[in-house]
Amino acid sequence: MAKKPIDQNDNLLEIRDLKKYFQIGENTLKAVDGVSFTIKRGETLGIVGESGCGKSTAGRTILKLYDPTEGQIIFEGKDLSKLSNSEMKPLRREMQMIFQDPYASLNPRMTVGDIIGEALDIHGLASGAKRKERIQELLSLVSLNPEHMNRFPHEFSGGQRQRIGIARALAVEPKFIVCDEPISALDVSVQAQVVNLLEQLQEKMGLTYMFIAHDLSMVKYISDRVGVMYLGKMVELAESDKLYSKPLHPYTQALLSAIPIPDPEIERNRERIVLEGDVPSPMNPPSGCNFRTRCPKAMPECAAAAPQWKEVEPNHFVACHLYN
Amino acid sequence: MERILEVKDLHVSFHTYAGEVQAVRGVNFHVNKGEAVAIVGESGCGKSVTSQTIMKLIPMPPGEIKKGQILFQGDDLVKKSNKEMESIRGKDIGMIFQDPMTSLNPTMTIGNQIMEGLIKHQNMSKAAAKTRAVELLEIVGIPQPDRRVNQYPHEFSGGMRQRAMIAISLACSPKLLIADEPTTALDVTIQAQILDLMKDLQKKMGTSIILITHDLGVVAEMCDRVVVMYAGKVIEEGTVDEIFYNPQHPYTKGLLRSVPRLDLDRDEPLTPIFGTPPDLLRPPVGCGFTARCENAMRVCQEIDPELNDVNGPSHRAACWLQHPLAQGRS
Repeated sequence: MAKKPIDQNDNLLEIRDLKKYFQIGENTLKAVDGVSFTIKRGETLGIVGESGCGKSTAGRTILKLYDPTEGQIIFEGKDLSKLSNSEMKPLRREMQMIFQDPYASLNPRMTVGDIIGEALDIHGLASGAKRKERIQELLSLVSLNPEHMNRFPHEFSGGQRQRIGIARALAVEPKFIVCDEPISALDVSVQAQVVNLLEQLQEKMGLTYMFIAHDLSMVKYISDRVGVMYLGKMVELAESDKLYSKPLHPYTQALLSAIPIPDPEIERNRERIVLEGDVPSPMNPPSGCNFRTRCPKAMPECAAAAPQWKEVEPNHFVACHLYN
Repeated sequence: MERILEVKDLHVSFHTYAGEVQAVRGVNFHVNKGEAVAIVGESGCGKSVTSQTIMKLIPMPPGEIKKGQILFQGDDLVKKSNKEMESIRGKDIGMIFQDPMTSLNPTMTIGNQIMEGLIKHQNMSKAAAKTRAVELLEIVGIPQPDRRVNQYPHEFSGGMRQRAMIAISLACSPKLLIADEPTTALDVTIQAQILDLMKDLQKKMGTSIILITHDLGVVAEMCDRVVVMYAGKVIEEGTVDEIFYNPQHPYTKGLLRSVPRLDLDRDEPLTPIFGTPPDLLRPPVGCGFTARCENAMRVCQEIDPELNDVNGPSHRAACWLQHPLAQGRS
């Protein structure tokens, strides 16, 4: 798809050493433990990782749905981490979210029109006939029938519901949208519909996306750059094609090699890096590098100190002792 | 080749308040000894109902087997009583479910859940069954099996629970293993471990596998043959190579085109299949895919196509475009 070139110096968002800890009894769960990255205006930044790696928490903390424990979230030059809820309200218009589960994220007792209209009401964007007109415009924008605005969520299929969620996010004309696993609850043939819609809308409205998913093939397809998370930390970040053709971090290498490719010939001849064991608990992560307990290339220094987050090649960041 | 399972003209319906949902509408396929067959299709296509019917696990009522035969080693399972099925389930046919959290009994130790089948089907003593359970946990790659055998499911991680479930299903060395989305709930690195394990065990024990999945990558990795289902029917079947390199049915082609591939450039646009599958409360008269098919003709709306051989006997497709007359063959 022909996309506008992205200005690499125009940061819409800058995340600096962001941490989000949860207190569980006497234990501290370090869901996000010091991640730093930027999101350029107009790009799609993919975030991948396995369950519990902190990718969703990172997305929610950036939108201040959770208060960050430490670190800065700089959105168009303003640090959001210090703002109060009332100070955040006008900024919420600029940043929206699309959720994973299209069944749980729409209020079953509200009509589709009211679900989308609620956002307009809260921010005082339209009322009366204008409101109805705007809702119908949004429904057509996501290729739903505008006449269906009086229907309830249960009357729609999963893919259609996800379109309603997208229309709701777009109602306030945001600049930035966090898409948290927006397609993983959908059937394969429907996933492509929703992804294509997200791409068209980005082109039309100049949106910036943070696209969180565990399906690496889909993330590769939609993202300009991709960040890989493991146990609360970001381990590698690079341009999409580069990350997939030349992964540097042993975890990224294992993750990519674990994905089966829908081609029997390739599968028959493929050597796979199979990681041993499970992800350790984020309540009690290993010392030094988080990944060392499963890493096929672990060295003595990996236990001693956590690796630095370094730009080893232009625009290719990695946190691994192999590249120090 | 010896056929271990043959499903013939299977019809399964569910009676609901809204009416009769015809979930499976005349399914035919077979599984040869020692091979892995994938059943693929979207949610609601009838793939899980088909597999649960083989095990006779669908609740009746509201479910009903309207018609058809399920021949397992020549014996028709449709005619078997519940009692007779009990001596087949877990012994001759094992099953792995999608969600290892809900399909293990949370109030029983993992060891007891493995021992249950051994004691019932193989008349083992409790002590012998326990020794075997520890062995099985070791085979499926659970560390410290002698300690783990006494633990409860909540003490296991997701991947380990799925391993435990595989240990349960393999306890009595079944001839056929039905795996219903065995890795869907797991992360990719754990999925790779489980698929490796299943392939390994298949080789060692010669078990036949029915793998139900929507992940075409998993199919390419694991299976010998593929059965594609749509709206309660088989619309195409063939070897993995035939299905992936020479798909014939427009739905199969669409399915393959709609998934992005890790090994290809991202410039190629994805081609979604528009629309949604038909409502099986009122199944269409003709081909179920007509409304979403770009090649649909008038005949497709009126008469449902049969499965026809295409390029040889292992590859069959139910599409009017593949009909011998349309191909100029007779």
